[in-house]
Amino acid sequence: MAEVTLSDLSKSFGATQALRGVSMTIPDGAFVVLLGPTGAGKTTTLRLIAGLEKPDTGDVRIAGASVVNDTPAQRDVAMVFQQYSLYPHLSVRDNLAFPLRSPMIRMPEDQIARRVREVAEVLRIPHKLDNRATALSGGEMQRVSIGRALVRNPRIYLMDEPLSSLDAKLRADLRVELKRIHQDLGATFLYVTHDQIEAMTMATHVGVLDQGRVVQFGTPREIYENPVSTYVASRLGQPHINLLPADAFPGAPHGAATIGLRPEHIITGEGKAAIIQRIEHLGDQTRLHLTLGPHALVTLTDPHSTLTPGETLHIRPLSPLWFDRDGNRI
Amino acid sequence: MSAYSVTEPSKASKWLAGLLVALYTLITLLPLVWIISTSFKTGPDSISYPPKVIFEPSLEGYVNLFTTRTRIAAEDFAALPPPETWYDRIVRDQGMVIAGQSRFGERFMNSVIIGFGSTFLSIFLGTLAAYAFSRFKVPLKDDLLFFILSTRMMPPIAVAIPIYLMYRELGLSDTHLGMILLYTAVNISLAVWLLKGFIDEIPREYEEAALIDGYTRFQAFRKVVLPQAATGIASTAIFCLIFAWNEYAFAVLLTSGNAQTAPPFIPTIIGVGGQDWPAVAAGATLFLLPVMIFTILLRKHLLRGITFGAVRK
Repeated sequence: MAEVTLSDLSKSFGATQALRGVSMTIPDGAFVVLLGPTGAGKTTTLRLIAGLEKPDTGDVRIAGASVVNDTPAQRDVAMVFQQYSLYPHLSVRDNLAFPLRSPMIRMPEDQIARRVREVAEVLRIPHKLDNRATALSGGEMQRVSIGRALVRNPRIYLMDEPLSSLDAKLRADLRVELKRIHQDLGATFLYVTHDQIEAMTMATHVGVLDQGRVVQFGTPREIYENPVSTYVASRLGQPHINLLPADAFPGAPHGAATIGLRPEHIITGEGKAAIIQRIEHLGDQTRLHLTLGPHALVTLTDPHSTLTPGETLHIRPLSPLWFDRDGNRI
Repeated sequence: MSAYSVTEPSKASKWLAGLLVALYTLITLLPLVWIISTSFKTGPDSISYPPKVIFEPSLEGYVNLFTTRTRIAAEDFAALPPPETWYDRIVRDQGMVIAGQSRFGERFMNSVIIGFGSTFLSIFLGTLAAYAFSRFKVPLKDDLLFFILSTRMMPPIAVAIPIYLMYRELGLSDTHLGMILLYTAVNISLAVWLLKGFIDEIPREYEEAALIDGYTRFQAFRKVVLPQAATGIASTAIFCLIFAWNEYAFAVLLTSGNAQTAPPFIPTIIGVGGQDWPAVAAGATLFLLPVMIFTILLRKHLLRGITFGAVRK
């Protein structure tokens, strides 16, 4: 386990600038989640740490020592790929044992057998150990590739959307499992995802990337409550933050162009009149789709709400987020 | 992979297709049937007209293939003790006695050594080169690949005279090594291009996973890429072997006493004791066997190899 420091990392592929001066410290034992849309540089960041790409400029340090000239094997990191990573010619057992048989580790076979079984139990695939890797369902394959990282005790786990191909139930189970592994082992994780529930539940820190830059780095709460821009604010929150022109409500500070309203920033029962367009009952929450003049917004209400579409609802903002014309927080 | 629906063909068109395939198979196999049946005929049966489809099988062709025979004076022939072995008897029935062993076995072994040796070397070098072309930034990659392919753009025999002179200077004429190197040089372009196609299809993520799992680049190649390229390697090996095995022109030109392969040898059988078609057919039949066995052994791979890469995901 170790602290990983990225300083001023840049990387371009041909004409595409994938990373532009990324600096970030992943503290020892942290669970850092990288958020951002496709092309923001999340996967490139993982590949640079793993040693699969060389940075154009900048440095990667693990436990204080620069690793940019080390091979992936020497870096002692584990990585879970988004897809394609099981060795198709090997059984599940041999896939899981593969890292332990490497010249870097060379674990005795009896220990390998024990370790493989333990990990298979955790991932609930012990009955699949003798299957060929290609004879598994998508979810099982992904569990095996997570398992192939977990059999080792690397300095950092790099995970590239490991749960994205799984169904909701398994995803929820493995989320808890990964969190437990993180806490039990005190392992350091760098985890890429699109899924905000994964980010909010597992992360100790969240890094938000935009076009190859880190735009904000902090705890999930900080990112949620104090986003530095509309871009960051849109990354987290379900339903999405409502972004309206600042003059939709009175009280805009000087220079504000946009008001950002999360559901908890909307007080109902007083203020401006909005019309209920649609009501979504999701069981644990009820979403109200409103129109306020020309603007549409979404908020939450009591699950047992008796409101009906077409009714008028008065709303006013409560300590909302204000952004300037460039989308930066005021 | 895209899904598309196909309507079931009608019964009549299935029958027609089946008939055409059967007809084509018959035309292709007829020469083989001819050769194999001739190899089991006696000399007179082999040249009888109309040709005999039903005949009494004989091993005369095979015995003649492996022996040299001679005629002796009638009184000496009559004075001989009865034949000791079945092959003595077959030769005696032709009015001759065995004079010694023919050189067919030796020539056949030369073919095996040179054919499989050059196939192995082509595949070994071709796989390494194809991997490098597929995975690394090679300077002038496209030009080099084109250059490698350009060795195929003329018939190899066009360079026969320079090669003949060069081999004479280097002492490679009529040596196994010389022939292995020559066939490898011809086959390597095919091997590099075919194998590069196969290796291109193997996702890099497998090797990257192996690199992170603690293996070196070469170990990842050996443990992850090679097993997955097995199909491509097998089908490429068959193509290389078929070329090296069947090659005639260079073998005639460059080999004689020592490293002569079977193809230039088989036609010479015809001169020994008249028009000995059964012996020639027996030589051709035995000559077919190794490639046939090799192909059948790798058949599963070959079929997958042909469709592999043709189907885009």
